Amino acid sequence: MSRFLRIALFAPSAAGLGALLLWSAAGLPDFGHYHHAYGRILNASAQSERHVTNVVGSVVFDYRGFDTLGEEFILFAAVMGLALLLREIDDRRPQPREQVDSDALRLLGVGLAAALLVLGLDVVAHGYLTPGGGFQGGVIVASAFLLLYLALGYRGFRVLTPRSGVDFVEGAGAGGYAVIGIASMLLGAAYLHNFGPLGTSGKLAAGGSIPFLNVASALEVSAAFVLLYTEFLEELAAVPVRA
Amino acid sequence: MIPLQAALIALVAAGALAVVLTRNLVRLALMSSLYGLVLVVFFLVLQAPDVALSELVVGAVGFPLVILVAAAIERGG
Amino acid sequence: MSYLPYALAVWIFLCGLFGVVTSRSLVHLVVCLSVAQSSTYVLLLSIGYVDRAGAPIFADVPKGTRAVDPVVQALTLTDVVVSVTVVGLLLALTIQAKKEAGTTDPDKLASMHG
Repeated sequence: MSRFLRIALFAPSAAGLGALLLWSAAGLPDFGHYHHAYGRILNASAQSERHVTNVVGSVVFDYRGFDTLGEEFILFAAVMGLALLLREIDDRRPQPREQVDSDALRLLGVGLAAALLVLGLDVVAHGYLTPGGGFQGGVIVASAFLLLYLALGYRGFRVLTPRSGVDFVEGAGAGGYAVIGIASMLLGAAYLHNFGPLGTSGKLAAGGSIPFLNVASALEVSAAFVLLYTEFLEELAAVPVRA
Repeated sequence: MIPLQAALIALVAAGALAVVLTRNLVRLALMSSLYGLVLVVFFLVLQAPDVALSELVVGAVGFPLVILVAAAIERGG
Repeated sequence: MSYLPYALAVWIFLCGLFGVVTSRSLVHLVVCLSVAQSSTYVLLLSIGYVDRAGAPIFADVPKGTRAVDPVVQALTLTDVVVSVTVVGLLLALTIQAKKEAGTTDPDKLASMHG
């Protein structure tokens, strides 16, 4: 199908699709008048049932923990597929194009990467108390490692993120999430049901099994993103420099 | 609907169109990051701080990096 | 006026589709796909919004305050993070296409052999 024919076919079909979608959107409740029971019941009772203050965190890791398991494994499979696609077929080692020569830049970069790592760990740890959680904090931790790439160059980045370590952490996170669900089955409840002491609301020691699931997902997300960055930066290092 | 939400709806619509119409790939990386930023403010106005936080970290670091690397390989190889 | 956020979601989706159809580069096509995906985030969060309500986080507000729906936020936040890795996978396919066929123009990549 030629390009002109494709675009000519797209215009009326997009108009028809848009009309159908707008017609179906007109059947939704008015913007701001959400009236279903699920959200209202959760807002009213999640804090007293699970002793956590971030209701979204309790939904992600407790009430809909099974959906989060599925999402984590989508992440895992996508990064594994990416690593498989971009694997080194021939034995060429990528040559780093430029080194970071300035000591001040290296020092500042490493200092800021450490600060960013602490920020990421803080966002992970308080995920079920204030906005945050394993997913957001995991990406922040991975970007701390990316800042190390900017500060130390490609060689320093590869030394600080050994492949076996990253693979182990990612597997531990993904498998740990699934195994914690099995642990709750061993205690007689359903898979991924909350177990353990509930603690006091608003403190870090609260929520039963929510902190453990939080840490497992943070490990998996951060290691998966470091692997993603490593694969892409390896591809970048192999591109020949244009004069 | 408060005027802030209406203004942000207009900005998000303009941002989506701008991302689609950008052809240069380096500009596309920055434009998608800017669109992510507008989405962050929109999510905040819709009272969703968790979603805004995840879109912020993803749109600031994740998307521009992968797009820029793909752009460099498309141009250089 | 109250259907404006839903119309926004439809508009973003159609913009993303338009970008996919008229794209001249696979990288641009993948980014337009992610724009189409962001329309679902806008739709989900607009459905859960409650007028004059706060965020569903009760760390410093009393327990009975009005809050928006937390379930759609939970669905959206994991989706946002996972979409980056899926876009990364698609761009890895683009990189492979560039290496194998030498071009990333979708019109010229008509047939991929072996």
